[in-house]
Amino acid sequence: MKISKNTVRHVAALARLEFKEDELEKFTEQLANILEHVEELNELDTSGVEPTFHVLDVSTSFREDVVKPWLSSDEALENAPQRDEGFFAVPKVIED
Amino acid sequence: MKLPFLKIREVSELIKKKEVSPVELTQAILERIEEVDRRLNSFITVLPDRAINCAKEAEKNILYGNYLGTLHGVPIGLKDIFCMKGVRTTCGSKILDNFISPYDATVTQKLKNAGAVIVGKNNMDEFAMGSSTENSYYGPARNPWDLERVPGGSSGGSAASVAASLCFASMGTDTGGSIRQPAALCGVVGLKPTYGRVSRFGMIAFASSLDQGGPITKTVEDTALMLDVIAGKDSRDSTSVDSAVPDYSNCLREGIKGIKIGVPKEYFIKGIDNEVEEAVKRAITMVEDLGCTVEEISLPHTKHAVSAYYLLAPSEASSNLARYDGVKYGFRVSDSDNLMEMYFKTRAAGFGREVKRRIMIGTYALSSGYYDAYYLKAQRVRTLIKDDFDEAFKKVDVIMTPTSPEPAFKIGEKTDDPLKMYLSDIFTIPCNLAGLPGISIPCGFTSGGLPIGLQILGKPFDEETLLRVAYYYEQHTEWKDKRPSI
Repeated sequence: MKISKNTVRHVAALARLEFKEDELEKFTEQLANILEHVEELNELDTSGVEPTFHVLDVSTSFREDVVKPWLSSDEALENAPQRDEGFFAVPKVIED
Repeated sequence: MKLPFLKIREVSELIKKKEVSPVELTQAILERIEEVDRRLNSFITVLPDRAINCAKEAEKNILYGNYLGTLHGVPIGLKDIFCMKGVRTTCGSKILDNFISPYDATVTQKLKNAGAVIVGKNNMDEFAMGSSTENSYYGPARNPWDLERVPGGSSGGSAASVAASLCFASMGTDTGGSIRQPAALCGVVGLKPTYGRVSRFGMIAFASSLDQGGPITKTVEDTALMLDVIAGKDSRDSTSVDSAVPDYSNCLREGIKGIKIGVPKEYFIKGIDNEVEEAVKRAITMVEDLGCTVEEISLPHTKHAVSAYYLLAPSEASSNLARYDGVKYGFRVSDSDNLMEMYFKTRAAGFGREVKRRIMIGTYALSSGYYDAYYLKAQRVRTLIKDDFDEAFKKVDVIMTPTSPEPAFKIGEKTDDPLKMYLSDIFTIPCNLAGLPGISIPCGFTSGGLPIGLQILGKPFDEETLLRVAYYYEQHTEWKDKRPSI
């Protein structure tokens, strides 16, 4: 299945990844090969087959809505590349 | 026999009887790591000070009669995917190179509570994506049986360090075979428990419906000893199951008379290495001679497992890896003009090629217009694969197959072609898709001296039968006493 470079660029944008032109070439080719391989699943008739989203027969597990102790604000901020008081600091957000 | 070359059971007896101090043992292990690991690269981080302090605690407690159990004072490793409080946890990636985990994974906590001495964090394929440990930001780990070859992956560092006696056990993770395949390639025992048997809390997520943590050890008994400690429901992992934890190490010696073994014809196809096939067939014949019945079964959808997996796992990964954005922790590219630019540049610089490839496949498969054709289709195929096993397990108790189609390959041999690498997992993947427990144990060597692994698959939550069969076979062979000359 041929996948166009533009499609790959679009998917990269969705995934917040960027590639240089020569990387994009190589990736497009590799992705095309992999997708071609997995196309074989279309040989299978899966009409009427339920998808398995979860192997176990469990339903949503609940707990009481009670606060349990966990990381303090400081502990949570310890690895911040940049912090500002009790906040993670990031570069400005630009609206398109 | 030098201390590091012993098994957990043996060294544990010595500690319990106070004939060996945990400090002496840990020092011997650290010395061996210092001497050997520069050639293996099986550890990303070694923790000498922490380990010695922990060993001293253990020694004091044991001397005062406060003995916690079999793992007390025993040096072990953790794949660098398990969070450990105050310790660098990288997941084999540049994007987490400087991440110091603020908390312990449940598995880490359980092993600490059992008194184990954690000596280091093992090398791995980045974000557990790979079958050779060549995708690590920290360089490949090497196979102790042949340093020019891979130890397998993604838990290659764990398997290599256990095989080389740099620790008595290591916790690995398995999403498509990442415990079992390296165990096979390194000649050690690797168990992927039933999905939901072991908590995933604090175990960095790759594909949440497939990931499972499990032990890599030198013997089946050692695996049972580890499983005794790590198994169990955890309220912090809602996918962990509230099923009673049997006494795994005490069920090993019940023998295997009458156990029915299924041998799926779809796993003995053209393209498997001849010596691997022969060794596995010899093992199956032996088990039959020992009192089991062996019958051929069919798992007709086996050949579709790799395709289903390489749609499902990357899809889940694309979602799980969205959190690595340079905001809260880890690597962030500097000098970005705005937030969006920071996301793009950080992720482009922080992730390796294979990780990007899988994020891309997953994003594509889940995107609007493609979701039904790819992701949903793969989930339906997953049902067919699971149903194959359910059918088979009506007739047999366990299933035996080769673990890997070939022994350890050379470093660099498969890095050019991602698809070639993906096919290393053909025998291990179906088990993850179905959520079953699976173990790889040594069953021989190639004429070139490379280990060969036998895979045994079991019914959900029936690790007992799996371990019993594995133990019985192991005790009737000499593979467990072989070790690399490194």
